[in-house]
Amino acid sequence: MASRLRTVETTSAACVQGLSRKFGARTVLDDLDLEIAPGEFIAMIGRSGTGKSTLLRALAGLDSGITGTLTVPGETAVAFQEPRLVPWKRVADNLTLGLRTPDAKAVAAGALAEVGLTERAGAWPLTLSGGEAQRASLARALVRQPSLLLLDEPFSALDALTRISMHRLVLSLWERHRPAVLLVTHDVDEALALADRVLVLNEGRIAHSAAVTVPRPRDRNHPELTALRQRLLTELGVPAEEPSAPVEGDRS
Amino acid sequence: MSASVHDASAAAARPAVAAGATPPTRRAEGRSRRDGWLRIVSPIALVLLWQLLSATGVLPPSKLVSPTTVVHEGWTLITTNNPSYGTLQYSLAVSAERWGIGFSIGTVAAIILAVATGLSRIAEYVVDPIVQVLRSIPLLGILPLFIVWFGIGELPKILIVLLGALFPMYVNTYAEIRGIDPKLGEAARTLGLSWWGRIRHIVLPGGLPGALSGIRLGSFASLLALVVAEQFNTNAGLGFMITQAESFLQNSIIVLVLVVYAILGLLANGIVRLIERKALAWRRDFAR
Ligand SMILES: Nc1ncnc2c1ncn2[C@@H]1O[C@H](COP(=O)(O)OP(=O)(O)O)[C@@H](O)[C@H]1O
Ligand SMILES: [Mg+2]
Repeated sequence: MASRLRTVETTSAACVQGLSRKFGARTVLDDLDLEIAPGEFIAMIGRSGTGKSTLLRALAGLDSGITGTLTVPGETAVAFQEPRLVPWKRVADNLTLGLRTPDAKAVAAGALAEVGLTERAGAWPLTLSGGEAQRASLARALVRQPSLLLLDEPFSALDALTRISMHRLVLSLWERHRPAVLLVTHDVDEALALADRVLVLNEGRIAHSAAVTVPRPRDRNHPELTALRQRLLTELGVPAEEPSAPVEGDRS
Repeated sequence: MSASVHDASAAAARPAVAAGATPPTRRAEGRSRRDGWLRIVSPIALVLLWQLLSATGVLPPSKLVSPTTVVHEGWTLITTNNPSYGTLQYSLAVSAERWGIGFSIGTVAAIILAVATGLSRIAEYVVDPIVQVLRSIPLLGILPLFIVWFGIGELPKILIVLLGALFPMYVNTYAEIRGIDPKLGEAARTLGLSWWGRIRHIVLPGGLPGALSGIRLGSFASLLALVVAEQFNTNAGLGFMITQAESFLQNSIIVLVLVVYAILGLLANGIVRLIERKALAWRRDFAR
């Protein structure tokens, strides 16, 4: 795993070395290393409170209390669990907020079309459904043409059906624009459906890294995914469900 | 005013209500527009009753003159220059100028203070306690002090109007800005908005609902302050008319000026409502 990280070091989309973050006496991120290759889709899982959001906020430049080295591209965009649309700006104006391209309006219209929200361009954010708001939030991140896209549990508040269509949307957007993606989720299946690599955050570090090579779109019941799921759940401290599946080794 | 603060947090809490909201919304909107007309009925009925009581002699003119007398008195004062009062429009213009200057400066000052205290803990600790202390002093009690300090010219009157506008404006705007979801500011930073950009796109529009309730309350408070201020050492203005009428025992003029005040108050309220309808459209559809 370590050697794999090293090989992409020169051309990484983001590089984190020795990142630590303490809240009072509590160490949430502890000397964490992470490297993200350009265009790579990474999913990060971890139990609640392990510091996933803290890491993402650090990468987004929102945390001034970190120590360590952090190299991120200038074009970093974030979509949060709550869409965080500015309620007094219409959807299209939310997209162009802070956007410094000359043809911002056209770019925004294009992004809204991509997420299927053209008809809601003039709507007030408070009139959007949860799924629509989240798509608008994605579009707002996309118009910035990020080379690093940070997603903090953006689908966890959505219903199951909406979530599936959001997965498809994110994949198609990623395939078209090819940003490096760091998706934080607590849903192992979501991670397995989307990512090239799944990381497990535990005790302030990347405790486990698993490459997912199954081509997309992925069948949830693909044997490789089933094995990986079991492995990841074990990493997360969830005991195996089927008695037949042995708990592979201990993690040390 | 507390209602507006509440709304802000509801807005921040967000989509839960969402998709199906459009049809009931339209109905609610239609109802409120119809309500607008219904609300005029009872005041008109009251005026008619007043006229009826005057005409039948139940209300003697020595206590309260009839509405028609008030209208007639008003017309006379508009068309002729009364030696004791001047014309009504002149008095109105004098008062309007005092009010306009005091109110605009008070409003701008309140917004600047509210943005400062809403954004900075230091400014909050410095400014807010002072404003709260000053606010708890009855405004009209300060007037004699102002007259001692600044004489009997325009300054004390304008100052008292200014403070009348400033306090409610400040308190409401400050509360609203404090109520803005910090996550919104964070999102704005990830969108690359500068400090000024965040003030302009997040803080100011976010504080607007509070500022508008502040304007509504402040316009009443400052008008009240003006009325009283104009009754001391003045030789022009609406309050001056009342003082004059009082010394001449001219009940009809006193009532006339009170009616003018009522109209001014309603006008101010109506203007703020209009602005709210436009500027707060983003949350009008949001059920309370
Ligand atoms: N601003 C903060 N002040 C104090 N503690 C914090 C702060 N932000 C996060 N924490 C703590 O850090 C830990 C990790 O939080 P977080 O990164 O949000 O976890 P998650 O993995 O669920 O996203 C939690 O225990 C949380 O209580
Ligand atoms: Mg989190």
